[in-house]
Amino acid sequence: MTLPRIELLLALLGAAAMVLAAMATPWMKFVLTIALAKGIAVLGIMLLLRAGQVSFGHALYVALGAYAVAFLAPALPDAALLLPAAALVTTIAGTIIGLFVSRYREIFFGMLNLALSMVFYSMLEKFYHYTKGTDGIRVPSLGVAGLQLDRVTYEWTVFGTALALAFCFGLFARVYLASPMGQALAAIKTRETRLDFMGVSSRNVLLAAYVLSAMMAGCAGALIAMTSRHVTPLLSYWTASGELVFIAILGGAGGVLGPFLGAVAYELVRVYAAATVADMWQMILGAVLLLVILFARGGIWGLVSVRLQRRRTA
Amino acid sequence: MSSSFQLGRRQALAAGFGSVLLPSALSAQAPAQRPSEIKIGITTFLSGPASVFGVPGRNAAEMLAEEINREGGIGGVPVRLFFVDEAPGIDHLVGEFRRLVQNERVDVMFASISSGSCLACTPLGEELRKVTLLWDCGTQRIFEERRYQYAFRTQANATPEILAPLLYLLKTRPDFRTVAVLNQDYAWGRDSWEIWKTAMDALKPGTRVVAELFPRFGATDFSAEVTRLLALRPDVILSTSWGGELDTFIRQAAERRLFERSTFVLPLAESSLERVGRSLPAGHIVGSRGDHWHQHPRPANPQALQRFVEGYRRRYNAYPIYPTYHMAQAFSALRAAHAKAMQANGGNWPSDAQLAAAFPGLEFETPTARMRIREDGQGLEPQLIGTTLHSDRFPFAVMDNMVVFPPELVTAPVGQNSVAWLRTLTPDMVNRVPDPIRAG
Repeated sequence: MTLPRIELLLALLGAAAMVLAAMATPWMKFVLTIALAKGIAVLGIMLLLRAGQVSFGHALYVALGAYAVAFLAPALPDAALLLPAAALVTTIAGTIIGLFVSRYREIFFGMLNLALSMVFYSMLEKFYHYTKGTDGIRVPSLGVAGLQLDRVTYEWTVFGTALALAFCFGLFARVYLASPMGQALAAIKTRETRLDFMGVSSRNVLLAAYVLSAMMAGCAGALIAMTSRHVTPLLSYWTASGELVFIAILGGAGGVLGPFLGAVAYELVRVYAAATVADMWQMILGAVLLLVILFARGGIWGLVSVRLQRRRTA
Repeated sequence: MSSSFQLGRRQALAAGFGSVLLPSALSAQAPAQRPSEIKIGITTFLSGPASVFGVPGRNAAEMLAEEINREGGIGGVPVRLFFVDEAPGIDHLVGEFRRLVQNERVDVMFASISSGSCLACTPLGEELRKVTLLWDCGTQRIFEERRYQYAFRTQANATPEILAPLLYLLKTRPDFRTVAVLNQDYAWGRDSWEIWKTAMDALKPGTRVVAELFPRFGATDFSAEVTRLLALRPDVILSTSWGGELDTFIRQAAERRLFERSTFVLPLAESSLERVGRSLPAGHIVGSRGDHWHQHPRPANPQALQRFVEGYRRRYNAYPIYPTYHMAQAFSALRAAHAKAMQANGGNWPSDAQLAAAFPGLEFETPTARMRIREDGQGLEPQLIGTTLHSDRFPFAVMDNMVVFPPELVTAPVGQNSVAWLRTLTPDMVNRVPDPIRAG
């Protein structure tokens, strides 16, 4: 069995385990939906990580997607329309911002993204009469494709959508990374001038990945808004961006399963840490991250793939 | 061959994962019979800047729960507390809320210090049909925008908390002409200024606003604002800031003698008095989001107040501040509602719906007064406002010339929007303000 096949099988098994867990415990469904949404956002960040670029501001697109849902929901109370709408809004924003930031590399790239996300945070906070400031906006109950669902069915629908989107984006990311566009991303990391010599525009390569990552983050934001049904500016605060990078490191950037493994692990660790010691959850999360950095530099996916490879060679 | 074995093992793992989680879900269908403990979920800030309120709130909850359990619990059943940190944001909070209700099977939720958290938790509590007591958040939007069957507020809201200091100012120092405001730049800072401005335009038309300063939330330096206020010389400076920012602002304003030029109105400063010590000079107006004051001049039950204050001081080495009283109110309301619901149910253990039905019109004791919950779920809480005074008894400023506002005077009537109601006020309202009481 080849590694990509095993990866696919693992993904299916992971999905089955998540469905089982969500069936067994209703609150788990909520936590796992959020985890899947964050996983999708981190998948976008992983594309940029392939190019060696760390964005400290992708919470901007998560919040933009979430606020797009919150603002459009009163006029358009249907999740099936809101999700593409949020994706469209963030794609446009990602293209415009991407045109600027794709000129920069490394620390400048990261800091510019951070600055822009904090500008958006301040706007959400200060345009008080439109955004209701830090109190945030409540998302009304939504229909799905013209149907009015009861609470439990709605929650299952959003969970299912998140799972399906995670699958589609995961598959897409794998194809994308294997394509010349994806291979060129790795070239940006190793030596960018080589791309220029080959006649490939490194700016366009990075821009394409950036727009994709913005769209994924926007979908994640829309899913978060549809699940928690209340959006606040905190979604675009720098700590939220940091959280996404944290998940990327925790999960590992080696494969498309990494972000989802990282997101589920992150949410579960946080929930269980908060449940056992309510005022120490930060310390526990920090300790987990330290352990990963010190002993498992490839993240959770790194641990898994090393095992699989060892088994195959053995 | 080996791969099919591997698959089997992983499937077994997945199945095991599911079955470990299953039992807790199966034990769900419990009829309303006497449980072995009453579980209370409390959302509060355990980290971040608002933990200056959240941690005292939790401390008070732990102290009160121990006290209740020592006396035999609520309806003969001991209470157990579950705390949730509000700081990580709404998605975490809402997830934890669900976990507590659906997995831990809590009987009651006490929701939130932050108004944003309350706005997210209240509709969720309604959807999950779980009694939710709003124990500390300020926003008046909740019961004015929607009706709830399972949510009740065991304290006042922003409208009386801001209107009372304004009325106090109009009664004690009516001849001011200019006002400046310095609030934190977030929802509470903006909302409270809107309430003050609307009420001031109705009660004292023609007052000039010389500066509206909204330094960013979490600011640590107010020197530019102090300079501007020194130059403008407003008669009155309003600030509804709290926590570290209020402490810093008071210290920086005191160093540059801003307190000598203007009268300060600080509706939340009761919670900062002990921390800022004597930096806060005498002669400025202080509020406490209710009638919370350890030297309350006329408490309904002086022994209860003294027991609460001394108990808290002995345990935590600080005077209790307003969130601790708010927590006491939530516990007291729960106790009273439980007794009422049990009586209405013929002495049997009440269901969630029966417990919720006991709250409208409920009367309960607080350390300082007797409170009532209105039919719309809003609590009617008196407001105590005073002027600072330095004495030898305390190493910090205390309140003098205290006015205890009856809640009916300062709370918007049922079904009315606060801002619309404030516009209808007339200047003769000041005549209905009770006379100040001197500190004993």
